[in-house]
Amino acid sequence: MAASALAHPGLLLIVAAIALAPLRGAARTALALGAPLAALALAWQMEEGVHWRVQYLGMALAPFAVDALSRLFAIVFALIAFCGALFALGQERRAELPAAFLYAGSAIGAVLAGDLVTLFVFWEAMAAGSTLVLWSTATPAAWRASLRYLMVHLAGGTLLMAGIAAHVLQTAGAAFEPMQPEGLAQWLILVAFLVNAAAWPLSAWLPDAYPEASWSGMVFLSAFTTKTAVYALLRGFPGTELLVWIGLAMVFYGIVYALLENDMRRILAYSIVNQVGFMVAGAGIGTEMALNGAAAHAFTHILYKALLLMSAGAVLYATGRRQCTELGGLWRSMPFTCACGIVGALSISSFPLTSGFVSKSMIAQAASDAHLATVWLLLAAASAGVFLHAGIKFPWFVFFQKDSGLRPPEPPWNMRAAMLLVAALCIGFGIAYEPLYALLPYPVAYRPYSAWHVVAQLQLLLFSGLAFFVMLGWLKRTRTITLDVDWFWRGLPVRAAARGAVLCAVALALAERRLRDICGALAAQLRRTHGPQAALARTWPTGAMGAGVMALLLALLLSYYAL
Amino acid sequence: MRRAWTLFLCALAATVAAELFIAPQPHFEFERLFAFHALYGFAACAALILLARALGFFLKRRDDYYGG
Repeated sequence: MAASALAHPGLLLIVAAIALAPLRGAARTALALGAPLAALALAWQMEEGVHWRVQYLGMALAPFAVDALSRLFAIVFALIAFCGALFALGQERRAELPAAFLYAGSAIGAVLAGDLVTLFVFWEAMAAGSTLVLWSTATPAAWRASLRYLMVHLAGGTLLMAGIAAHVLQTAGAAFEPMQPEGLAQWLILVAFLVNAAAWPLSAWLPDAYPEASWSGMVFLSAFTTKTAVYALLRGFPGTELLVWIGLAMVFYGIVYALLENDMRRILAYSIVNQVGFMVAGAGIGTEMALNGAAAHAFTHILYKALLLMSAGAVLYATGRRQCTELGGLWRSMPFTCACGIVGALSISSFPLTSGFVSKSMIAQAASDAHLATVWLLLAAASAGVFLHAGIKFPWFVFFQKDSGLRPPEPPWNMRAAMLLVAALCIGFGIAYEPLYALLPYPVAYRPYSAWHVVAQLQLLLFSGLAFFVMLGWLKRTRTITLDVDWFWRGLPVRAAARGAVLCAVALALAERRLRDICGALAAQLRRTHGPQAALARTWPTGAMGAGVMALLLALLLSYYAL
Repeated sequence: MRRAWTLFLCALAATVAAELFIAPQPHFEFERLFAFHALYGFAACAALILLARALGFFLKRRDDYYGG
């Protein structure tokens, strides 16, 4: 069993994670690069079908099941684990890479799960792995962000567990098959998937936590959680119309927040939400073309987002700065990093000859094939907006704009090699797209390169660029953040507590004053009656008592005669 | 800087002019409008920037808002 367990690319990476923890030096490098390559080879060679079957609590489980969709995701997860490991070789935080391998292996396990119970187990392992990646950063900000991150994902996991339990009871089976959100069980599962997909309004955890990871950690974080959720939506809820509108909301949320953001890595984090929005919308359209497009877009997005985050990571590594207001003009001393960042920026913007062009256009094509003119128009506007917030804004403010005076050197060879490899893949898949299309779940007849499509896309993007430079004055960076839904658990309780404390203090002060007034009045009254010289405390002459007794006796005598 | 702008404007003009020489394959009828994608891209971005600016008035805070 132990040997056959290593035929599962996810478990192989998890075992490698454990083995990697104590290693040092060349052995560590060899395992860090060898394990993801071995996982990639395994994922590549997996045959379709159910490989393992287990009976558990009366349920028939399929912990290792392969079809075209799961194979595509397993391949790209293993591939990016390799590229990320190459990039992270010099990371001083030694716990990060094992944590990242646990995370990557769990993500592969989740997409190879043929049943909901196995999916849940790997889903939770992913939450643990990603939290460990954040913890290995070991900064106070990362620690606080990781706790918020963990809370959200444990809550999502609880929803998933409850949904799966109810679903298994209803259908008497744990198989992971397409569902409709018709009962509570399916709704719970859908919401749990959407939490991990960072669907608005459950998206704030992503730009909150990911940018706090180390310069290499965010490369891993960007790849797995949201894309596993996209996979789960593609398999579990294809054609659910609600997803189209959620996807569009995510797309525009990502753009607007990224436009307002100052932190370069948070810009890229918002842009993850934006890109996942395209995939969620594709899952919602639900035709074969749309599902193919969403899967292809997940594949290409993992690569170009990793490339963007590697170039941002290289800048962070070299300068220790993340704020656009403190960066600028870095192309002078980091031309290679700048060039790789631009390749990533062009790919995310779906420029012709880059990977984003061949994948995103399939989703737009699917919308037009289904005669969804509104959806198509919104997706086109969003494509223009992607160029605006990620395609130009990121490279412009980091590598160009003003000269910040910083002259950081290029990063070490392994980081450059990782960037070069991913940049080559981004351009390679943009030109030779057939190998990517061959991996997609359904046969593809679509051809992305027609003169009309290329010209239309260039018009859309270049005029977006014109809008950027014409309105540059309004995009000037300020040292600000933008409030998000997470204000309700980050800002509101603190403010409510502060407000409450003030109210309590005021109430206490008022009560104290009132009490003091009452006591003062009482004391004054007592002083009037019992104080020195007051009526009740005066010394009375003996004659006064005699007069009093006389008066009493007289009253008695009068009453005696009167009655 | 001037040269970069000139080059950029030439590229813009070229993409619009190219539309005259290729066979249109629009998904929808409204795409037949000349330079539709150019106008739409510019308008969409302008609208997004304005939207972001408007939202910024309400939602922007100093970056130490959550305690740095």
